[in-house]
Amino acid sequence: MALSNWAVYSATLKRDLKLALRQKVDVVNPLFFYVLVIILFPIGIGPEPDLLQRVAPGVIWIAALLSTLLGVEKLFKEDYDDGVLEQLILSPVPLPVVVMAKMTAHWCTSGLPIILISPLLAAFLNVNASGLLAVILTLLVATPLLSIIAAIGAALTVGLQKGGVLISLLVLPLNIPILIFATSAVDNAMSNSPYNGQLAVLTAFLILAMMLGPFAVSSSLKVSVS
Amino acid sequence: MWKWLHPWAKAEKAYQLCGRLSPWFGIICLGLLVTGSVWGLLFAPPDYQQGESVRIIYIHVPASILSMGAYAAMTIAAFIALVWQIKMSELYIIAVAPIGIGFTLIALLTGAAWGKPMWGTWWVWDARLTSELILLFIYIGILALYNAFEDKNTAGKAVSIFTLVGSINLPIIHYSVVWWNTLHQGATVSKMGKPSMEMSMYWPLLMNIIGFGFLLAYLGCVRMQNQILLREKHRPWVKKMVMEGDNHAV
Amino acid sequence: MQFESIEAFLAMGGYATYVWLSWGFTLLVLIAVTVASIQKTKQIHKEVRESLTREKRINQAKEADLL
Repeated sequence: MALSNWAVYSATLKRDLKLALRQKVDVVNPLFFYVLVIILFPIGIGPEPDLLQRVAPGVIWIAALLSTLLGVEKLFKEDYDDGVLEQLILSPVPLPVVVMAKMTAHWCTSGLPIILISPLLAAFLNVNASGLLAVILTLLVATPLLSIIAAIGAALTVGLQKGGVLISLLVLPLNIPILIFATSAVDNAMSNSPYNGQLAVLTAFLILAMMLGPFAVSSSLKVSVS
Repeated sequence: MWKWLHPWAKAEKAYQLCGRLSPWFGIICLGLLVTGSVWGLLFAPPDYQQGESVRIIYIHVPASILSMGAYAAMTIAAFIALVWQIKMSELYIIAVAPIGIGFTLIALLTGAAWGKPMWGTWWVWDARLTSELILLFIYIGILALYNAFEDKNTAGKAVSIFTLVGSINLPIIHYSVVWWNTLHQGATVSKMGKPSMEMSMYWPLLMNIIGFGFLLAYLGCVRMQNQILLREKHRPWVKKMVMEGDNHAV
Repeated sequence: MQFESIEAFLAMGGYATYVWLSWGFTLLVLIAVTVASIQKTKQIHKEVRESLTREKRINQAKEADLL
């Protein structure tokens, strides 16, 4: 029985989303974490609107980076523990496609909620309307990127007992370009200057990561399982 | 065509090759570093703008270049390890990573010590310093990943994948940091514009750069031998070699 | 020779702290890495040797038992 790549992709995606929705805590907790980190900043540095506006892009993006890392340890862990991962590797189904679906599911449960809640946080941090648009656009382009890079870290450490901190150590340095371009885009947007250059670069990163990421993740998984 | 390369992928042969090469690398490295440093410290002229503080250049530049050179070597090894499944390459990555950390630390600290008199602060978010710092974290990540695994075979493979991922990312990180830096930084950094270097400063610098290169090669060989021994501890050839070594010593 | 005296050499034109800090740290790191690497070799050799003598002892004990 040969399944088309698309069938494999959508089946895996559906399964993972169903599993994720069954454990709502895993979706809700990173989101609360994201909101909390952002709320901490005005309390920590003071509520002056100008100051908040100045640091808003960095704060929003750093919080997004951290909260994507929270859930990522679980990305392959359960499948690894109950042996599903091993079966997937042994099966004739192309592993990169499965991995791609898993990363999409991770994005739906980590990136998407962040994007949806960002208008509220933009109001907290005194971001203006054009800035908010840029926040949403950069999050839209770059949170999938975060999911892909985090998935590489998760796949490398899935066989380990204590992979959590290690993932952050591996993944955060690789996220620096995203942080630079995304915050600069939001910065530009808030002063009403064009930011399509930064968006284009982020999109280029995303395309590159979508091409190479699934293969890196699946070979890491093979190493971890063997 | 590649036949003559194959024997070197075996542990014993690789060990012997390293053992044969390392004394030469060591001697050349020592000669170059001593000559270059004495020349740089005593005989090279001071800079007309920076005075004697320019003598930091003779270690700062070689360390920075070779900290990236070490990563380049690790990338090549990672590629070979993944494509041809050669274990020795994985060992080489782990053998070189601590040397890379050492060079990166030197580059960072000398950069800071040079920045203090020139820019007035120990640390500037200068593009080069920043990307060097990130390089340090990637090196640390590689070692942490390797040490996290009990099974060193798996560890070697995981590390080669991560090294390769890092090598794709490092240029991206570097250029984004440069771009970010030019966006944020005023003219503080660029006032250190380089007038073309005098020959009398160029030669000791070049000697130290090559000297650091040979140091990398020498330490790489020694540490590679260590890694091979650690991995092959229980093989007959290691036992035989250790016994024979004792006989020679006695 | 660029320096008139040893004092002038050590003073480094007023940049002594920075220059000698850099060179000193570099020397320290390079020596530390080299010494650690060579020490490790010796340590591994020693371990292998110890395990060999242990093996020998066990074998001898076994032979003695058999006899």
